Amino acid sequence: MGSVTVADTIRETTRDHLERNDGLLLGQSVTAVGWVNGTVPDCRNIIELPMTDVAGAGIAVGAALVGRRPIFVIRFQDFLVLNGSPLIYFAAKTKALHGKSAPVFVRAIASDGLGPVHSGVLHGIFMHFPGFRVCSPMTPWEYRRIWEDFMSHDDPMIVSEHRASFPNTEELEDRVAGDAVITIYPVSATRFEAVKAADVLAAEGIRCNVVHVLWLKPLVIDERMAGPLCRSGSGLVVDAGHETAGASQAIAYALTRATGIPVAAMGLADETKCLCPPLQNRIPDAGRIAGAVREMLRCASPEGLAHG
Amino acid sequence: MIPAQGSGMRSASLGVIPDIALSFTTEHSLEMFRRMCVSRYFDLGLVESVKDRRVTYPVYLSLGQESVAAAISTVVPGHMVFTQHRCHATYLSFGGRPEKLRDELLGLPTGTSGGRAGSNCIQCHEGRVTMFGHHGLIGENVPQAVGAALGSGRPVVCFFGDGAAEEDYVFAAMGFAATHKLPVFFVCEDNNLSILTPIEKRRSWSITDVVRALGIPAVDITDDPWTIAHHAREQANSLPAFLNIYVCRKNWHVGVGSDGPPEWDRFALVKERLRERGLAERSGSLEDETRQAMEKLWAP
Repeated sequence: MGSVTVADTIRETTRDHLERNDGLLLGQSVTAVGWVNGTVPDCRNIIELPMTDVAGAGIAVGAALVGRRPIFVIRFQDFLVLNGSPLIYFAAKTKALHGKSAPVFVRAIASDGLGPVHSGVLHGIFMHFPGFRVCSPMTPWEYRRIWEDFMSHDDPMIVSEHRASFPNTEELEDRVAGDAVITIYPVSATRFEAVKAADVLAAEGIRCNVVHVLWLKPLVIDERMAGPLCRSGSGLVVDAGHETAGASQAIAYALTRATGIPVAAMGLADETKCLCPPLQNRIPDAGRIAGAVREMLRCASPEGLAHG
Repeated sequence: MIPAQGSGMRSASLGVIPDIALSFTTEHSLEMFRRMCVSRYFDLGLVESVKDRRVTYPVYLSLGQESVAAAISTVVPGHMVFTQHRCHATYLSFGGRPEKLRDELLGLPTGTSGGRAGSNCIQCHEGRVTMFGHHGLIGENVPQAVGAALGSGRPVVCFFGDGAAEEDYVFAAMGFAATHKLPVFFVCEDNNLSILTPIEKRRSWSITDVVRALGIPAVDITDDPWTIAHHAREQANSLPAFLNIYVCRKNWHVGVGSDGPPEWDRFALVKERLRERGLAERSGSLEDETRQAMEKLWAP
């Protein structure tokens, strides 16, 4: 177990960019009250934006056009609906239209249990639009890897972070077993829960593969992604965003198209996330993921079909 | 509703300083007129090409509004340019090559964006010119211009229209420029129209009053090129600054149609002023040469 957290990694990667690359970081209230959960360094080239979400994103895009490779911090991913227009309609389109890129590194931070507009996971919306790279790193190594990817490409990148990952010091390796009967593809903070679910199911004698999804776009369905699915014969994509027309359904469809094996999708219910605990509509936890797997296997079994 | 102060001020003479043209050299005056001619005759050729169906893309004509870019480009030729959707005059006045603009409108790979972007999305990155294309969200270029000034420290000129100023993010970006004292020259080409809805039906406030309240020097003037250039020279060294310039759009928002004669004809007024200065012959020759060049450019 390492001692460097995801938050440490974000902060030091950012510091290096701001100090050594003369990069830029822009965001609202980023240098106060915990400095965005310890992810923002105290150094030069940080711009506190006023509460001007759309203009703030446009300013970040303008800085990208002149080569500063800005890090644009969005403290709550729900705000992407406001911040989105300059990103979607300019940053993501300028390379295809004009051959001029606007590489913005968008730190879109998700949470859970904080009510209707502070708990959202919107990365699925950004998979929809051409021109973005979209990822959801949950470990220190993954964060360093996606940063290198950003610096070696010239596309705007939506980085779907999750506060649940900030204290994490461990890497999340794929779990693949020859006798697995299902492959789980978890995204964002559900990855921590999927690992727990696999342990619970293993104790019941149900062996699951867990193939972690870091890159949402481009979504590369290579042997690492498709092989375990083909061998296990069924699949389940689990996401921290809404299920309807969301990342889980899109990835499940892509996997099904690539392999011919039906893959189910699991995300948030089609309900508003309220603040009170019974109605928070939280991300799928280990219990729900394990329950979904049991149900899928029951329906697929001869007994399940007979009683189905 | 209280009519906007600004819209009530529209006239062909607002803010014109008597004899201001005399403070400009003959060469400067003729160069502003030449740039007006390039834009005017380029767009007139385009109108014919649209009627002939050689150009089938939507077009946003600068006809009637040529003097703004013609004047300002002579004062701040090295600024980065963030343009609005109605940008032919901006591109041509700042030194973009007419044949590349024509090819863009024809959808050819030799166009300003390889024929992919079209009339309202013109860019130029050649020689000393750095002009970023608009994509179609009105006013989107204003925060981008501010961000480019923030990121580069270089001066920027940003053109937009009276409708763009109503977009939520435009004043917010101008306020940010004021806070950080960024070198952005904001220029509103105020033609009074959002498609065809006049300002008095849209709002009660004046852009200039709001910009002043943000702490940015701001002036309302008409589109007399000498007056524009005078104010641009005054303001260029103390950015951010704002000029609201009343212009008359000759054609529809998009397309080559017209809803009747404009309130005033700046092109004719400029020719008259040049004649008064004894420059009728030289300006006439410039106009003839430019017209012929543009007719040749658009010849089938």
